[in-house]
Amino acid sequence: MRTVPLRPAITLTTVLCLLTGVAYPGLVTVVAQLLFPFQANGSLLSVNGEVRGSALIGQRFTEDWYFHSRPASAGGYDGMTSGGSNKGPSDRALADTVASAVAAVVRVEGGTAGAVPSDMVTRSASGLDPHISPANAALQVARVSRARGISRDDLRQLVARHTELRQLGVFGEPRVHVLRLNLALDSAAARRVR
Amino acid sequence: MTTNGWVQFGLLGMTVALLTRPTGAWLVGVYSGSFGALGFAERAIYRVMRIDPNQDQPWTRYAEAMLTFSVVSMLMTYLVLRLQGMLPLNPQHLGAVAPSQAFETAASFTTNTNWQSYAGESTMSYFSQLTQFTFHNVASAATGMAVAAALVRGVSRKGSAGIGNFWVDLVRGTLYVLLPLSLVLALVFVQQGTIQTLQTPVVATTLEGVTQTLAMGPVASQEAIKLVGTNGGGFFNANSAHPFENPTPLTNFLQIVAILLIPAGFTRMYGRLVSSPRHGWVLWSVMGLLLTAGGAASYYAEAHGNPVHAARGVDVVGTATNPGGNMEGKEVRFGIPSSTLYATVTTAASSGAVNSMHDSFTPLGGLVTMLNIQLGEVIFGGVGAGLYSMVMMVILTVFIAGLMVGRTPEYLGKKIRAREVQVASLYALIFPAAILVPTAASAVLPQGLAGLANAGPHGLSEILYAFTSTAGNNGSAFAGLSGGSTWYNTLFGLVMLTGRFAMMVPVLALAGFLGEQGRVPDSSGTFPVTTVLFGVLLISVIAILGALTFFPALALGPVAEHYLVNAGRLF
Repeated sequence: MRTVPLRPAITLTTVLCLLTGVAYPGLVTVVAQLLFPFQANGSLLSVNGEVRGSALIGQRFTEDWYFHSRPASAGGYDGMTSGGSNKGPSDRALADTVASAVAAVVRVEGGTAGAVPSDMVTRSASGLDPHISPANAALQVARVSRARGISRDDLRQLVARHTELRQLGVFGEPRVHVLRLNLALDSAAARRVR
Repeated sequence: MTTNGWVQFGLLGMTVALLTRPTGAWLVGVYSGSFGALGFAERAIYRVMRIDPNQDQPWTRYAEAMLTFSVVSMLMTYLVLRLQGMLPLNPQHLGAVAPSQAFETAASFTTNTNWQSYAGESTMSYFSQLTQFTFHNVASAATGMAVAAALVRGVSRKGSAGIGNFWVDLVRGTLYVLLPLSLVLALVFVQQGTIQTLQTPVVATTLEGVTQTLAMGPVASQEAIKLVGTNGGGFFNANSAHPFENPTPLTNFLQIVAILLIPAGFTRMYGRLVSSPRHGWVLWSVMGLLLTAGGAASYYAEAHGNPVHAARGVDVVGTATNPGGNMEGKEVRFGIPSSTLYATVTTAASSGAVNSMHDSFTPLGGLVTMLNIQLGEVIFGGVGAGLYSMVMMVILTVFIAGLMVGRTPEYLGKKIRAREVQVASLYALIFPAAILVPTAASAVLPQGLAGLANAGPHGLSEILYAFTSTAGNNGSAFAGLSGGSTWYNTLFGLVMLTGRFAMMVPVLALAGFLGEQGRVPDSSGTFPVTTVLFGVLLISVIAILGALTFFPALALGPVAEHYLVNAGRLF
């Protein structure tokens, strides 16, 4: 009587498990750590030896003297969770959240209802979006300028310096890196005190 | 909609078109046996397995080997997940995965679906992610490619009892295609910022003095094969929206290309091995047309945004500085065009990786993603799976064309007789049944309704999407649905296994039936399969079959929601 091919199935599972589950990721890890250690370990940004975050992961900013990230998802910019709101287009709670976010932009930033950039009042897909749109940053300049006593023109220049253009001129969208911008603000302020 | 957005669409089309020919040539070399650079490794593996690589298997033995391998590897994963707490490489000390969750996850990865009803960063240890998920990402992809290769042999061979050797196809697909491609892609991803480390999560102090813990892990190696093998299972909950998985717009573009590369190459390989390259390009063009139509519709819908949100003060008109449109559940670095392009490709090609949250798409944008899967994963489709699903549609088309002219249909020199049509019909029936029956049950039973995150028609869309995605072995989700309950985990597991193996076995049977036949010469009654007319007919069959089956369900879900949202109605 013939039996099912258990032996080849089990040995091949074992062999492929070692090859694809151990050797392949192991090789990628070793080469990645050798060639690109900064990226492989999370593109960490340190100030005076202390890790202040990752260049890729957004942070939550609430103070007036910082540019703010996009509205936080349930995870609240905690790096151990990720995901969006998953609220659908006909969801009343989502519409209410958007409406109150628009109202807050009008009140805090002096924006105009109907002209609020779409990324400013919506939650991202990862909940960790490190970027905001240039229009979003431009709207925040007045508030940060008041809180820091830096002229709006100086701030606009700083924002422009931390605006990333389309990659290779084509891919993605223009965007402002919030954490790098705020780090630059802090170090500019520190220079002034000195 | 911006010019730049359309340029990105065009660049993708050109890139895939240029890569189809070389990828096809490469696949021909792999599955016809002429590549042999890693012969020493191959022979060593066959020796350990104690198999004869030259043995040609009839379709029944081929199917038996495929099923045995899948069952064994699925059982292994179930056991590893249940024992996770006792296994190494677990710096977060994550415990055992619950039984129904472990079953669902094992089924999910074995079937190339990668539906994930858990959050990776807080559920699965590095050990589970590496040895189980990365392994299945390779093995399930190689299995799909093997079945497609077997079907190609069935069509191209004359009077042959065998359709190849499953073990050899599996090993060669892994060694010559999946691993080398993944290795290169993983390193490119790391260069761009994808992480690859075994260290514990990093603790940072934010500028406002709050503690932020950053999840770490061997991400890049899994990311590469997740795309190359059209698997789609993310290391993190947010999948390819997570900046550690998909850090830049360039990685995003490469991810989309990687999803389409092998499925596109298979059409070329098919054309060459059945000695009708033009037929391969006809299939490619049909797939390309359907993809373009879906992509354009999705881009249009998302760029116009949500009227409900526009009425509340959001500027949905995109400019050079404002992304506009519907940005809920989308990343700024990708914006609307790169998000809709990704969503269209990932659902068309059975990947299921996402860089934006489909649950938050506008009703029509969401409709496109769902319909892409419901058309049968034939728009490039999964690696291997896309080709064999498309060939099933071709058989039906040839049959219908034969009925029209009243002759026995022929396809590439093979007679399409009753049993070939029976197999293709079976294939076309199992898929919608696997979607619609459990959707209907979940829409009325309390266990099904308990998981909904949205009320109204969107709630139905969430359930419909879930079973569409699991039956189509896609794996993307309207992720608001809490799929982690015993009800959903069990149903999803069963639906995924049905959507995979109840469809692969008919494919192998068809391969066997066709391979046994001799070759009938073309005659004046042969319907040519290399013409524009045939392409139009094929698109019609695909569209009519999909529309007739799913239109009632779609009308109650996304279509109803579209009209309600435009009337300002909320739930």
